[in-house]
Amino acid sequence: MKYSNEMTLTISALSQNESFIRSSVASFSVLLNPSIEEIGDIKTAVSEAITNCIVHAYKGRNGADRITVKVGITDRTLVIDIIDYGSGIDDVSLAMQPFFTSGNTEERSGMGFTVMQALMDELKVTSKPNKGTHVLMKKHIQQTNNDIDEGADA
Amino acid sequence: MEVISKQESDKTIIYLMGELDNHNADYARTKIDDIMAQSLKRIVVFDLKLLSFMDSTGIGVLIGRYKKAKGKQQLFVKNPSRTVDKIFLMSGLYDIMPKV
Repeated sequence: MKYSNEMTLTISALSQNESFIRSSVASFSVLLNPSIEEIGDIKTAVSEAITNCIVHAYKGRNGADRITVKVGITDRTLVIDIIDYGSGIDDVSLAMQPFFTSGNTEERSGMGFTVMQALMDELKVTSKPNKGTHVLMKKHIQQTNNDIDEGADA
Repeated sequence: MEVISKQESDKTIIYLMGELDNHNADYARTKIDDIMAQSLKRIVVFDLKLLSFMDSTGIGVLIGRYKKAKGKQQLFVKNPSRTVDKIFLMSGLYDIMPKV
């Protein structure tokens, strides 16, 4: 896809990087002048996808693996690709069901994909066992009154 | 993140502060379990006023505490952000841990 502006981040799949990754994507999205709530939605959806990479795709392999995060802007839409090269998901539609988890059912909500779906406008998950998973998310950022005012002045 | 608690006459208030995600979920679990084990109050309120971020890992942490309490303590949540409120609603968390 052709973007008017884009960034790529390749980073170690370590849980201590989760905060940095979601904050980086949120900072880039500020170019579209999102609301506080939209920034919260973006950070949360990104965090869900990154957590899946660390907890599931690269389970028990702390550190040697990489996650690639691409963020692109086209018109007023933020497009986020989160790619890992880990274990992959056998059954994507099962994994995407609310409350499904392959982890500890006492401590894991199984809501990751459901949250991504609800907070973003589009979610597409493709996965190949032992090759990795690609999560594509899109969010349309609403035009605010401020943007319109600035446009009128210019 | 940080977890601190305050005892009131009829309830324990647990303040979750900072960011609750996969990275610090174990820390949050341990701290909350310690506070809940020491508290004799029937009512426990999680106050999220000072929580700047939480994702579904945080829901897992809260559901885990509910299961561990086994009905001996009643749990509530207070002051979620707008995004956290949305994910609590869609996960059904408020059915077991009402918002006050």
